[in-house]
Amino acid sequence: MRMNGGEVTRDVEPRVLLVHYIRDVLGLTGTHWGCDTSNCGTCVVLMDGEPVKSCTVLAAMAAGHDIRTVEGLANGATLDPVQQGFMEEHGLQCGFCTPGMMLTARALLDRNPDPDDAEIRQAISGQICRCTGYATIVRSVKWAAKNPLGTDSGTGAAEPGDTPATEDVKA
Amino acid sequence: MTTVSEHAPNPAAGDPSRPIGFGRIQRKEDPRFVRGRGNYVDDIVLPGMLHGAILRAPVAHARLLSIDASEALAHPKVVAVITGKDLEALNLAWAPTLSADVQAVLVTDKVRFQGQEVAFVVAEDRYAARDALELINVDYEFLPPVIDARKALDDGAPVIRDDLPGRTDNHIFDWEAGDAAETDAIFASADVVVAQELVYPRVHPAPMETCGAVADYDTVDGRLTLYETTQAPHAHRTLYAMVAGIPEHKIRVVSPDIGGGFGNKVGIYPGYILAVVGSIVTGKPVKWVEDRSENLMSTSFARDYIMQGEIAATKEGRILALRTNVLADHGAFNATAQPTKNPAGFFHIFTGSYDLAAAHCKVTGVYTNKAPGGVAYACSFRVTEAVYLVERMVDILARKLEMDPAELRLKNFIKPEQFPYANKTGWVYDSGNYEPAMRLSMEMAGYDELRREQKEKRERGELMGIGISFFTETVGAGPRKHFDIVGLGMADGAELRIHPTGKAVVRISVQSQGQGHETTFAQIVAEELGIPPEDIDVVHGDTDQTPFGLGTYGSRSTPVSGGAVAMVSRKVRDKARFIAAAMLETRAEDLEWEKGRWFVKGDPSAGKTISEIALGAHGTLTLPDGVDGNLDAEVTYDPPNLTFPFGAYICVVDIDPGTGHVKVRRFIAVDDCGTRINPMIIEGQVHGGLTDGVGMALMEMISFDEDGNCLSGSFMDYLIPTAMEVPDWETGFTVTPSPHHPIGAKGIGESATVGSPPAVVNAIVDALAPYGVTHMDMPCTPARVWEAMQGRTRPPV
Amino acid sequence: MQIPASFDYDRATDVAHAIALLQRHGPETRVVAGGHSLLPMMKLRLARPERLIDINDLRELDFIRRDGTMLRVGALVRHTALLESAEVAQLFPIIRDAEQVIADPVVRNRGTIGGSLCQADPAEDLSTVCDVLAAVAIIRGPGGERSLPMAQFHRGPYETAVAPDELLCEIHFPIHPLSSSAYEKVERRTGDWAVTAAGATVTLSEDGSIADAAVGLTAVGLDGVVAGIAELLRGRPPGEELFAEAGLLAAAAARPIEDQRGPVDYKRHLADELTRRVLRRACARAAQTRAQKG
Repeated sequence: MRMNGGEVTRDVEPRVLLVHYIRDVLGLTGTHWGCDTSNCGTCVVLMDGEPVKSCTVLAAMAAGHDIRTVEGLANGATLDPVQQGFMEEHGLQCGFCTPGMMLTARALLDRNPDPDDAEIRQAISGQICRCTGYATIVRSVKWAAKNPLGTDSGTGAAEPGDTPATEDVKA
Repeated sequence: MTTVSEHAPNPAAGDPSRPIGFGRIQRKEDPRFVRGRGNYVDDIVLPGMLHGAILRAPVAHARLLSIDASEALAHPKVVAVITGKDLEALNLAWAPTLSADVQAVLVTDKVRFQGQEVAFVVAEDRYAARDALELINVDYEFLPPVIDARKALDDGAPVIRDDLPGRTDNHIFDWEAGDAAETDAIFASADVVVAQELVYPRVHPAPMETCGAVADYDTVDGRLTLYETTQAPHAHRTLYAMVAGIPEHKIRVVSPDIGGGFGNKVGIYPGYILAVVGSIVTGKPVKWVEDRSENLMSTSFARDYIMQGEIAATKEGRILALRTNVLADHGAFNATAQPTKNPAGFFHIFTGSYDLAAAHCKVTGVYTNKAPGGVAYACSFRVTEAVYLVERMVDILARKLEMDPAELRLKNFIKPEQFPYANKTGWVYDSGNYEPAMRLSMEMAGYDELRREQKEKRERGELMGIGISFFTETVGAGPRKHFDIVGLGMADGAELRIHPTGKAVVRISVQSQGQGHETTFAQIVAEELGIPPEDIDVVHGDTDQTPFGLGTYGSRSTPVSGGAVAMVSRKVRDKARFIAAAMLETRAEDLEWEKGRWFVKGDPSAGKTISEIALGAHGTLTLPDGVDGNLDAEVTYDPPNLTFPFGAYICVVDIDPGTGHVKVRRFIAVDDCGTRINPMIIEGQVHGGLTDGVGMALMEMISFDEDGNCLSGSFMDYLIPTAMEVPDWETGFTVTPSPHHPIGAKGIGESATVGSPPAVVNAIVDALAPYGVTHMDMPCTPARVWEAMQGRTRPPV
Repeated sequence: MQIPASFDYDRATDVAHAIALLQRHGPETRVVAGGHSLLPMMKLRLARPERLIDINDLRELDFIRRDGTMLRVGALVRHTALLESAEVAQLFPIIRDAEQVIADPVVRNRGTIGGSLCQADPAEDLSTVCDVLAAVAIIRGPGGERSLPMAQFHRGPYETAVAPDELLCEIHFPIHPLSSSAYEKVERRTGDWAVTAAGATVTLSEDGSIADAAVGLTAVGLDGVVAGIAELLRGRPPGEELFAEAGLLAAAAARPIEDQRGPVDYKRHLADELTRRVLRRACARAAQTRAQKG
């Protein structure tokens, strides 16, 4: 499969869940998991550009597809406007649901650059946040919609080596 | 929306004379989180690490006859299977709880709740560990369970805790506060008395990250490193030392990034201990992370209080007294995480925000065949239950008196001049100014207009409700003379070092689960010393790196640790004065402080910044006698009192009369948490808590069938609000600083969780008034609302 | 985290390949498409297939196509595609109504119509929708293709007429001019299974009276559509009294059981209430269609 733009190949058991493939096999721990029943959305990644719950996709089923995780959101040192928006508008607290929320927001904005509150709430309605009460997530997505190019300062204190970890996992 | 909450930047921003301290700044922890670079327990991978999984009991009450693990042990990837018998040999089968009871780590004699820990498998990977659980054969003899707390004390009820010597019933404790006789006398002569049973159902904090641990025991030097989802790393370390016999200096507990806590991660769970035992037994690091069902079925629940409330008043609406008898379901082990002297937590703040002549509460704790716990989910040690009781009772009284519920509250508030206010159950409220908060919330809501709208809608048969809750919290436990947990005083330490170049590191004993400590505590130092927050590192969550303290729960970080950080900063500032004096060749008493700088009185040009003083301290300057060559300090802060944040909440709901479906249309929250350090973070804490409140009021509940099977063991049945169920919160604030806290801050973490459920329920009951409904218990699901409309309210099961 | 027991895995390349694989590997083989019903059951180890046949590459089953008086929907069409199809919304608003409340948007990106129908959960919304629309299932197996009306497709909770070596390939929805439809669900929370839901389709006559109608109920133990609805409504003009009669009929037909979502009488009440609502909305929509056509 393509992972954040890079080709990765691994032999895994058929039963390996995509979320475990991403976390345990590829070592990309930005994707989390929070339930077992595809209710919480903490494990959301983009599959061919659409958000999916990676706890309910087999790694084998994702073979040949394009997967994007939170590690693939920023372009090197420059954060995606969605990432900047979440920092600007306090769209995160514990940070656990945040990667999934941001990826869904990215997919939403790719289809609908100027969503209203109801559209944003609908888009994230399959994902639970226990900390924020959602209003600041809605504001974060709207910030990203208003600032499609982000801001120059929005590098989020990038560190060297903060590029997507695909180099590490190329087979 | 009339959002009064400030989005404005820090008033000091851009003012070079006042470097940023308090105000809205972005969080320092966010860059790593938005990049997926957080480091949660399940992200930790150690060389040679093994994986543990727990076999759990399928039933609520059963005698354990035998365990056969031979098939599991034969699995090629299984390294060890640990049973209760193995733990007995190590004297680790039972561990002390935080409430002077014991809890089984693994079942040795009897299963006491569904989901209880029976065996622990250690295998090479997590898939094999899971597979091996199916290869363990256990024989049980099923026993009748006690599920309904109301039947726990019946004659002939099965005795759950027959492990305790001499135990013949399921009674845990009776505890009371207030003066019963005085209260009864007032009730006997009051014009109006209203009684209502209120059930606060069992709920669960359910943070998005479940509980887990990675234990790494070094067999050579006997050192244990334990990465844990814990809100209290220091308290855990001390308890592990006491339980496991590992010397405390050989234990390092690390609480890395935590994916939400809400009280779920205060207690010590068998899984943590099993990971440690697994590592000791195998000589390798062992990771254990529970799945969601394990989290919901076995870790600390919250509430489960059955409260008989009574309120007495004059016919003019002067509230005189409040009394209640509570039946508290503590589950199979008394493992509530609360101060030792307070078996019902701080429930006795149930007199709320009102000036009463008398009050009395009695709480009886019982064992049932359910998971242990009870103090969790942002409850401020049971202030949730207390606020729910008083705010529902006041509303019920308002209905009885045919008074507006806002008016009734305004009439009975403790007046500003009465603070510090000693209530009738032993609390001394440090400060408060209730009426402005109430008035502000009404103004933001457009209260009168809402009532007009409601009247019109009622005439058309539409169901609209307006609910008010005015709460007073008691947080920041607490003064060591009053509060301890298993003998550990509830103080917190802080260490501050100013590096030679003027950058700083502050080490604190509390631990963030998302509250933004790395930002807030840097801001406190910044405010006190004038060092920009970005130049201050906040270190937390590692017992090797931080001073001792009791951790983050009960909204205690800002009131206690925040006090510690302010005090340690002041200690540094005081020391800096002597060093600055030496540098300026003057006397310390001739110096004056402005933020970030000591200067000579009357000559502002002659001064030294903190940064310059730090370099001076570490340089070659001859220091005054008794001043050593650094700019560091440490304190342990013992708060003189608790703090008493308060707030006024108004909820507006619409109910579909055909289906009973409740829509929360608006929620207005005015909070007063004293001095506001970072308004953005405060607003975030409030938003999260309001969502909890809507969740509890409408949908969250851990329920059981009569056999003790947990019916809420996944997120399919334990429902948590999504973005669709909650409105765009409307927040506002007033500021009444705490008079005893070094910076006047009171804490905000749990205010909204505590304050919001009664607002939602009051709104629903108000909406249902045309149906004659005066009360309904949570959760107000469509079915239960419809039943209430049919005159069939019933307690939740 | 919960993990499925071991199984073998094959990726089918086309329908014939999928059927050949099913035939070769026997009844312990299951087809997986979106996986959102099957994989959670496997993680709980309530389902333990020996082998999964992944049909996600069967693009030939991913289409929505109007074919004369019929709308053909491939079994691999995702819920999101159904929800977003303008043609579906115009012809069968009931499908869009239902899709808006099936699970959540992320699940809908994966889940398929075929998967939902084959899972045959009694609380499955699309089963009711297909019942009401008198859809026909096109099933292929080693012996060729067969069509089954919905009434014969469903065999009770979690059971369908699809044999272990067969594959549900298409669903055909007959198109009636002057028809419209609606669906409404009561749920405890967004994304939850229905407490109760109802769907209705109504065909109007030229004179505005009801020519035909069907009502289906979700999660209340009813197999197929509510009996007698068409007979009750046919030839009569839409109106509240008529809808109320239909509601009573639906309530009487419901066989709910008490569970955490609610007691029996509440669910029966909802059968009544929601039947009235969906008939009201379907009639209004049909009238609008009729006005546009006229």
